[in-house]
Amino acid sequence: MNRRLILVASVFGLLLVLPHVAYPVLLMKLMCFGLFACAFNLLLGYTGLLSFGHAAFFGLSAYVTGHAIKVWGFTPELGVLAGTVTGLMLGVVVGAVAIRRQGIYFAMITLALAQMVYFLCLQLPFTGGEDGLQEVPRGRLLGMIDLTSDVAMYYFVLAMSVAAVWLIHRIIDSPFGQIVKAIRDNEARAQSLGYDVNRFKLLVFVLSAAISGLAGALKVLVFQFATLSDVHWHASGEVVLMTLLGGLGTELGPIAGAAVVVLLQNGLADKVGSLVTVIMGVIFMTCVLMFRKGIAGSLAGLVKRHPPA
Amino acid sequence: MNLVSIPLPALFGQLTLGLVNGCFYALLSLGLAVIFGMLHIVNFAHGAMYTMGAFVAWLALHAFGIGYWPSLLLAPIVVVAFGVVIERLLLRHLYQLDHLYSLLFTFGLALAVEGLFRHQFGVSGLPYSIPTELEGTFDLGFMRLPRYRVWVVVVSIAVCFATWFGIERTRLGSRLRAATENAALTSAFGINVPILVMSTFAFGIGLAAFAGVLAAPLVQVNPLMGSNLIIVVFAVVVIGGMGSILGSIFTGLGLGVLEGMAKVVYPEASATVVFVVMVVVLLIRPSGLFGKES
Repeated sequence: MNRRLILVASVFGLLLVLPHVAYPVLLMKLMCFGLFACAFNLLLGYTGLLSFGHAAFFGLSAYVTGHAIKVWGFTPELGVLAGTVTGLMLGVVVGAVAIRRQGIYFAMITLALAQMVYFLCLQLPFTGGEDGLQEVPRGRLLGMIDLTSDVAMYYFVLAMSVAAVWLIHRIIDSPFGQIVKAIRDNEARAQSLGYDVNRFKLLVFVLSAAISGLAGALKVLVFQFATLSDVHWHASGEVVLMTLLGGLGTELGPIAGAAVVVLLQNGLADKVGSLVTVIMGVIFMTCVLMFRKGIAGSLAGLVKRHPPA
Repeated sequence: MNLVSIPLPALFGQLTLGLVNGCFYALLSLGLAVIFGMLHIVNFAHGAMYTMGAFVAWLALHAFGIGYWPSLLLAPIVVVAFGVVIERLLLRHLYQLDHLYSLLFTFGLALAVEGLFRHQFGVSGLPYSIPTELEGTFDLGFMRLPRYRVWVVVVSIAVCFATWFGIERTRLGSRLRAATENAALTSAFGINVPILVMSTFAFGIGLAAFAGVLAAPLVQVNPLMGSNLIIVVFAVVVIGGMGSILGSIFTGLGLGVLEGMAKVVYPEASATVVFVVMVVVLLIRPSGLFGKES
């Protein structure tokens, strides 16, 4: 137990020092996508529901937060709240429709609904269409802390991300989380035990959508713009890849997966240009064929085989 | 919007365009349904195979001078060869796992294939001209009907019904249906099920590639033509249900026409009308119009 405490404390220490040694904007990007992947993992890894439309929550929330701050003059914390609520409400609508079918159909329905959101974002006036929403001011947190400084912004994103990841951890560990895992492992059995399976699925879906919305809202604050690529199905695919690569159903794996994907994209973009998509596709296929446990799952397997002395 | 105020030629023009689109929906959703029935995988790369068909036709014309008519056969053969190699080497290993893994695998494949085309040809479309035999229009008095559109509709419907006939009314089709129902029992009767599985997959993506060649003269050949289409086709499949062959054909055609209507009556909704129909169907009849809930 003590070792665990030391580990957690040193990770926190590292996270606090990190913006002074590494580029804060990149770190924030990693956190936003890591959080997005964790939210997605709550659904796929722990409930067994494959949503192919999670970009809708991430992207639409980014737009709403950006619009609320830029046009309505919301403070950053209210803007982030607006984004999270957007994710939540869209999650209720999409979830209620999608859980009417299972498995493969669930994936196709979420993809189709997300595409609908994409077209709405393309056509609605407030999103700026092809240009996207630009020059969103970061503002002052609670009217006091100036977020234009990247380091201040970093600590805000860090606090929100840690809180959200902790919330996900608590959800998974709760009795509710146990029931959700039971549904993943054997839906018919969970139902025969008297659980209203669809209500649990919907609730997880909504939670996952809301946290994805939070991630999108933070992203728009960090980069100060929201674009159509946030709602595009490519983004939905990316978050699946991050989660799969990091390890399905592992608590911190998706963060590692997100880090690998984001760093790869950042590192490769200027070297190979449009081949990045090809590389992502190949990684995707390789993961599915040979690396289904992901980074965290494989590490856990290693530790189990060679327990530390 | 008043329906009466719409000029008749515009209405019929959009309707035929809608019907043409509907043919592509039908061909693609038919292929998806056939593959799903046999292999229990949803082929996300179906759109990429359609794109590949169009590109093979374009390359055949511009690199080797092979025209439209040979390409109608050649492009599906090339794409099928590619698909079968992927199926035998890689995809086959995923059949025992959760269906979601094969969906993810084919998603990765779609990304890779489209990325390659994008890298090689860029995102702007490449023109592919209509074969001379099909240039021009039919004058129907109240409107001019482009011959090429008529050809696409006629040949697509013919192919769709030939497929239906092949599966529902022939000996080979009955073996196929038997293998779909119970693979172990079918192979106990001495029928080579793995070959059937492979040929089904080959046939399904062959249809997609064929549709790609048909589409090449209508749209600019571009790397994203398939992914834009496949998402709509997924919605079509959800609406129609994958259980019925005739169901997928009629749903595809019907939704294409509906989309064409939307372009005339309320253009803003034309991109989303299929998705709206999908939501309504899911709320009223979750297993799809022709589907059986398993």
